[in-house]
Amino acid sequence: MSPSKHIVILGNGIAGITCARHLRKGDDKIQITVISGESKYFFSRTALMYVYMGHMKFEHTQPYENWFWEKNRIDLVQDWVEKVDFEGKKLYCQSGKTITYDQLVLATGSKPNKFGWPGQDLTGVQGLYSKQDLELMEKNTESGVKQAVIVGGGLIGIEMAEMLAYKNIEVTFLVRESGFWRNILPEEESEMVGRHIREHHFDLRVNTELEEIISDGSGKVKAVKTKSGEEIPCQFVGLTAGVSPNIDFLKGTELDVDRGILVDQLFQTNLKDVFAIGDCAQFREKPDKNRNLIEQVWYTGRMHGETLAQTILGKPTPYKPGVWFNSAKFLDIEYQTYGQVPADWDESQVLNFYWEHSSGKVCFRMLCDSDGRILGVNNFGFRLRHEFFDKAIREQWSGQKVIQNLDKANFDPEFFAPYISAIQRKYAEENNITMKISKPSFFKRLIGAKL
Amino acid sequence: MKYIQLIGLTLFLTGLLAFTVIPFLGEYTISEAIVLDNTKDIHQEKMKELLAPMYGKEYSSSFSFIRELNQKVDDYNSELKAESKWDQVIWDDYSFPLAKASLSSPVQNHPWLFLFVSIGLTVLGGLFYNLPKFKGEPEGIKNNGIFHSKMKNRGWLGMLTGSYLILFYVILYWFPAYMVNLVWMVEPLSLILSGNPASQWFLYGLIYTLAILVMGVRMFRKYKGNRYQQIRTASVMFFQTAFAFLIPEILVLLNKPYFDFKNIWPLDYSFFYDYRIETLTSSGAIGMFMLIWGILLIVVGVPLFTYFYGKRWYCSWVCGCGGLAETVGDPYRQLSDKSLKSWKIERYLIHGVLVLAVVMTALTIANYFSAFSFLGNVTNQLHSFYGFAIGSAFAGVVGTGFYPFMGNRVWCRFGCPLAAYLGMVQRFKSRFRITTNGGQCISCGNCSTYCEMGIDVRWYAQRGQNIVRSSCVGCGVCSAVCPRGVLKLENGPEEGRINEMPILIGNDSVKLNA
Repeated sequence: MSPSKHIVILGNGIAGITCARHLRKGDDKIQITVISGESKYFFSRTALMYVYMGHMKFEHTQPYENWFWEKNRIDLVQDWVEKVDFEGKKLYCQSGKTITYDQLVLATGSKPNKFGWPGQDLTGVQGLYSKQDLELMEKNTESGVKQAVIVGGGLIGIEMAEMLAYKNIEVTFLVRESGFWRNILPEEESEMVGRHIREHHFDLRVNTELEEIISDGSGKVKAVKTKSGEEIPCQFVGLTAGVSPNIDFLKGTELDVDRGILVDQLFQTNLKDVFAIGDCAQFREKPDKNRNLIEQVWYTGRMHGETLAQTILGKPTPYKPGVWFNSAKFLDIEYQTYGQVPADWDESQVLNFYWEHSSGKVCFRMLCDSDGRILGVNNFGFRLRHEFFDKAIREQWSGQKVIQNLDKANFDPEFFAPYISAIQRKYAEENNITMKISKPSFFKRLIGAKL
Repeated sequence: MKYIQLIGLTLFLTGLLAFTVIPFLGEYTISEAIVLDNTKDIHQEKMKELLAPMYGKEYSSSFSFIRELNQKVDDYNSELKAESKWDQVIWDDYSFPLAKASLSSPVQNHPWLFLFVSIGLTVLGGLFYNLPKFKGEPEGIKNNGIFHSKMKNRGWLGMLTGSYLILFYVILYWFPAYMVNLVWMVEPLSLILSGNPASQWFLYGLIYTLAILVMGVRMFRKYKGNRYQQIRTASVMFFQTAFAFLIPEILVLLNKPYFDFKNIWPLDYSFFYDYRIETLTSSGAIGMFMLIWGILLIVVGVPLFTYFYGKRWYCSWVCGCGGLAETVGDPYRQLSDKSLKSWKIERYLIHGVLVLAVVMTALTIANYFSAFSFLGNVTNQLHSFYGFAIGSAFAGVVGTGFYPFMGNRVWCRFGCPLAAYLGMVQRFKSRFRITTNGGQCISCGNCSTYCEMGIDVRWYAQRGQNIVRSSCVGCGVCSAVCPRGVLKLENGPEEGRINEMPILIGNDSVKLNA
């Protein structure tokens, strides 16, 4: 069986690997090579924090056993690609090796943002994205770090704070916005996470911007200075103000790039037989009015990979994302979102329903359009079913129908407190309607957790 | 708070040290009266004669005493064996009762004191250590540092713990004569509960129950905020204390047969042995009730409960082995092997043991009803093989001793024939499954890492497939440790329960089987 063509995928993150797997599923003949300098085997980037905190070993973050790749004839090459010869369809690797391809998939991911702060390259100052970043962080915090500052209040920032806390390092959290992740979360949710951050003894400082990072004279960080002039002593600085496409080695080539590699809805770049997916791709046009030009989450990376594989297999398939969803965990509080819940909205256009549990750690928000049709939900501290909301939002259910059926969306473990009934009660009250409040079984009420 | 834990640790280690040293106390002096009291009629004359040279001599250690005693019997037996006089050989092992009766040690004079200093202190220390755990911390997953721990990641502390447990089990099963001091220590407690003198099994039952209770308290602390884990833990604590430990002893006190109402054949592999059937059938109405109850559990209880709730109703809510695994074993759950290879080995082994147990029981029953004309004494050989290899070596030594090496469910996963039976029902006819939440999985691996049964949960979760596996005991920890709310243990309609070719939702470009 001679290979029909050679597909080379640059990057073994979720986008590249998903593409490789679906290529193999759809075609037994093609030759597939995945190149990554970061690690030989695919691992879950989102789990790096757990390795640091001793919840898992690095090998546990690898979703497939090592034999999987050989069995599926996906060749893995661990090397860094330094230069691409698009004309000659050739890749030049750091080791001196060259690899030729028939079609190239660029899935090179992101790198942490650095905004040209003075001192941003000092020892002890870093972002967290790659396996190498994790190793660096382990080295940087091995000893002598008592205080740390994290710059940027987002998902990686809070992960880094949790990691540092494991090593009993005092953390100061600098957030430019008026609340944690306030550019994404509505005020109440942002406040809730902020309270929880303080409950974990982190020093959360909102409306605070970094001015410069100060060296101790030997090239190591000793403090940061904020825009208001305050100096905060620290031996470690985490830069977590977002990520941007990792495409430096492609700049200045015939490949069309902006912030990311420019692609159409088929993930085609301006060059024939060259595609880009995942964090490093930038759509020329939004795939959907609610979507960004660059999509940087795990789930979109996976969908890009699934979709592009079909195109390469000869079934041109434009990218059509479905109902948006995402999730995260802020220390101990889980978060899920389905559909569209922006940080702020026009009150005249959008109906807002918000419920918060007295513990201040559980909440639910639903936004509807002016006709009362659901736009999206946020849920914190309890779990809701993806399938339910995918359907409700797609079918434009009325808010009332969603709440009425909310018990079917409950995804919390058995015997957990019946938050659903509390939400229904509040909704009925606020809207002056009668609604059947769902009730757990007698047994569950007897021994289950109370509200 | 740190100090209280430190005190707890000190008390625990002191108690453990005392427990380890106590077997070495006292002297052994055997007499003719002791021999006559502790041997069967048919052996009395011979034993009296064989052991005569030992009478009145004081042995300062259990080693010299037991060695000489065994030597005398062995010499006699090997002569007979050489002459093929099999029927005259003394097959019974009298070393335990003789050692127990020949002992004179301070433990006999102050059993409560010694009980307090050893087991009492470990329990107290364990409570002091566990109760303040995670105090002042918000509710949440407490897995920090597990893979940096010398105890929980096969470090030297884990190795030491495993070795100690293995040694304990080897002595308990095959050399109980060396632990008669410890048995004397619990003698008065046994007399109170059942009116009978203590055996090594009473000692074991007591330690086992206390271990589940103390480590159950740890579970309450670790999983505060997780009601499912708390209720499940309370359930195994209750069933162990009441059903496995107290009720059987009290039954004996009331002159009824010793019976554990929650133990089910074939885990309770001797249920159909002739002596047990005879005990039950000769104990009147209550004996008959026990026999019928036991059979009903096998034929109706297991399929019915497993159909509605999955095998978890037994394995992680009721069972004693499961109870120990879920409490004492919880710190080691992450050590189970998740590879495809180990899954293959698991299926051969566990179903092999089930076949063995079924064949052995079938032969036993056939033999019983043919009044032993069918196979004669052959079933006894089979029983002793099974008892040795499966009942003691596999379930005990490997099952518990290997916690710090291979995780807390080695026996349940690779050996338990009842788990195999429950598993078949769960796989093919049950409403139980672990549902995955659409496309929310990020393949982080927490679920697989913390699955004590070695199920690669993530394999299913990341492709949006329900987890329907015969081995799943429904402990719910995968769901607890999931950072994205992806896993839910559910009982629901059978339709759509098994979705071999799932489609991940969220991508409208293409509908693909993951």
